[in-house]
Amino acid sequence: MSIKQKTLDLKKRMQSALQGGGAKAIEKQVALGKMTARERIISLLDPNSFHEYDLFVEHAAKDFDMDKKHLPGDGVITGTGTISGFPVCIYAQDFTVAGGSLGLMHARKIGKIMDHAMNLKIPIIGINDSGGARIQEGVNSLAGYGEIFYRNTRASGVIPQISVILGPCAGGAVYSPALTDFVFVVDKISKMFITGPEVIRSVLGEEISMEELGGARVHSEVTGNAHFFSESETECFDKIKKLISYIPWNNKRKAAPFPKKAPKTRQFKIDNIIPTDPREPYDVRDVIKSISDDSEFFEVQELFAANMVVGFGRMNGQTIGFLANQPMVLAGVLDVDSSDKAARFIRYCDAFNIPLVTMVDLPGYLPGIDQEHAGVIRHGAKILYSYSEATVPKVTVILRKAYGGGYIAMCSRHLKADFVFAWPTAEIAVMGPEGAANIIFRHEIMNSPNPEETRQKKVEEYKKKFANPYVAAAHGYIDAVIEPDETRRFVLHALEISAEKSDEPPFKKHGIPPF
Amino acid sequence: MADTQPDKIDSSIVNNVPVMKKRKGDKDQIALMVDDVIYTTRPNKKYSQRKPYKPANPKIITSFMPGNIPKVMVKPGQDVKEGDELCILEAMKMKNIILAPADGKIKRVNVKEGDVVPKNHALVELK
Repeated sequence: MSIKQKTLDLKKRMQSALQGGGAKAIEKQVALGKMTARERIISLLDPNSFHEYDLFVEHAAKDFDMDKKHLPGDGVITGTGTISGFPVCIYAQDFTVAGGSLGLMHARKIGKIMDHAMNLKIPIIGINDSGGARIQEGVNSLAGYGEIFYRNTRASGVIPQISVILGPCAGGAVYSPALTDFVFVVDKISKMFITGPEVIRSVLGEEISMEELGGARVHSEVTGNAHFFSESETECFDKIKKLISYIPWNNKRKAAPFPKKAPKTRQFKIDNIIPTDPREPYDVRDVIKSISDDSEFFEVQELFAANMVVGFGRMNGQTIGFLANQPMVLAGVLDVDSSDKAARFIRYCDAFNIPLVTMVDLPGYLPGIDQEHAGVIRHGAKILYSYSEATVPKVTVILRKAYGGGYIAMCSRHLKADFVFAWPTAEIAVMGPEGAANIIFRHEIMNSPNPEETRQKKVEEYKKKFANPYVAAAHGYIDAVIEPDETRRFVLHALEISAEKSDEPPFKKHGIPPF
Repeated sequence: MADTQPDKIDSSIVNNVPVMKKRKGDKDQIALMVDDVIYTTRPNKKYSQRKPYKPANPKIITSFMPGNIPKVMVKPGQDVKEGDELCILEAMKMKNIILAPADGKIKRVNVKEGDVVPKNHALVELK
C-alpha cells in the first residue's frame, strides 16, 4: 500500500471509531438533553486544541459473548488540550458505547491520562456519564475503579482534579469524583448515588425518584458532594473555564495573575451593607465584593451550608480564597456542614498556594441535640485543624460578632493568622452579651426584686464593657482596629507584604485531621 | 460556655434547642437563639428538615436496618431472659439474630414470618 492508501485506511478507521455507539445511541443521548462525549470535550476546550489519544483501544473481554462486541475506544475519550490557554488533561465517558460502562481497558485509558496529568503537572478533568461497572468484565472492572481511586488520591493536592457529572454516576463510580477537588453537576442530568432507587425499592420498600435521591440539587444543597450547580451543560462548562482561571496548574505554582481592577465601590458600599445591630442579617458576599477586584466573587458550594460562604476572588490580580460567616443564613453559625465546607476549602487553598482572607461575623457554634449527635465536635474541629495547618498568608477581618469558640475557629491570631483586623463594630467576647450577663450576674438577677430589669441593666453593662474590639486589641490579639472603608487597603497591604511568607511545618508523614 | 449555662430565664427554650419564631411579613425569616441572643436570619434546608429528638425506649426492640423477617421465635406473654433469641432480621445478605436486651415478658410481637420491615420498626415489645 502506498502512504496515500495507508492514510486513507487510517481515516476510515478513525471515521468508524469516531462514530462512538452509532447513530441510534447518539439520538438517544440527544433526546435526553445531553451532548455527546466528544461534543462536551470540544465545547469545554479551546477551539482546535483537543488532541485525542487511545482512539483505537479495544477491550479484550471474552466471557458472555463480549468477544463478539466491538466497543469504539472502549467507551471513553481521552486526550489533552487547553482552556483559555491553560493546559489540561481530560477524559469523557461515552454513554453511547455500552452505556459508558467501565471495563478494564476503559479504566486503563483513564489511568493513563491521569498519569500524564501527574507527570506533566497539569489539571485533570473527568467527565462522568456511565452506567457503572461493566458487569461482563467482572472483577476486572472493580480493579479498574481501584486503579482510578489510587491515582485520584496520589494526585490530590498535587494537581487540580475536576469532576463533571453529566449523566449517571452510580455505585463505585461515585468515589472518583468524591476524591477530586471540585464536582460540577447539572440540573436534571447529573445523578449520583451508591444504591439506586430500584435497589432501595426492592430491598427497603421505600419509594424515591432518582432526582430526589441523588439529583444535582440534592448534592448541591443537602449532601455537599457537589461544588458547582448549573442549569445546563453550557453553563457548567463556562463555570469550569472560570474556575480554571482562578487556580494554578499545580501545587508548585501560583495562580496566573490577572490585570488589577478596583472594586465597584458605588454598588458595594460597606456603610450600606452592614446593620449596626449585631442581631440583624445582611449578605456578607457584598462585603467580599466591596474589596475584591471588579467586585467579582466566584462562590464554591453556594447552595450547601450557606451559613458559611467560601469562594475565589482576586485582589490586585492575585487569586484569593475568601471565607466568611453568612449572617443571612442560620445567623452565620458554625455547624457540622459549614465546618466541613470551610475546612475543605481552606485545605484546597493551602495546597495550591492561594492566600486566605477570612471575614468574621458569627455567634458561635449551633446549639442542638441533632448537631451534637451528628458529631459537631469532630466536624467543628476540622476548621481549627485546617486554619492551624495552613501556611499560606492568612488575613482575618472581624466585622461584627466574634464570640466564643467561633472567634477562635475563624482564623484568629491564636491559629496563627498573619494579620487580624477588626472594624469598630466588632464584638470580640467569650459569648454573646445576654448569655454572658445571665451567667455572671445570675444570682444578682435572680435575687433582685425585678429580675428582668436587672438583667437588662447587666446586659447593657456587659455590652458597654466587652462588646467591642478594644479589649482584644489591648491584649494584642488584633493588629489594628480599622475603618470599614479602609478594609481593602489594609488587606491588600497585608497580602503584599506576606508574599514571601515561609512557615515550614514540622516534619511529618501527614497529620491526622479529624475526618 | 455550655457547661456553665444558667437556669434558663426564657421559658421558650427547651433542652437547649433554639426556638424558631416566624416573623410577620417575611415567610423565610426565623429567630435563632444562640447563647440567649436572638438573631434574625433564615434557615437552610437541612435545618428546616431536622427531626425532633426522641429518646430510645429500652422496652421496644427495633430493627437497626431494613430487611425481612424469615423467623420469629417468641410469642406474646412468653418470659424471656437477657440474650434469648427473639427473631431473625435478614438484611444485606446476613441473617441477624435479634436478642432480648434484658429479662422480661413479651408484651407484643409486631412482626410475622415473611414480613419486610423498614429501619427502626418496632419488632418486639417487652412489658
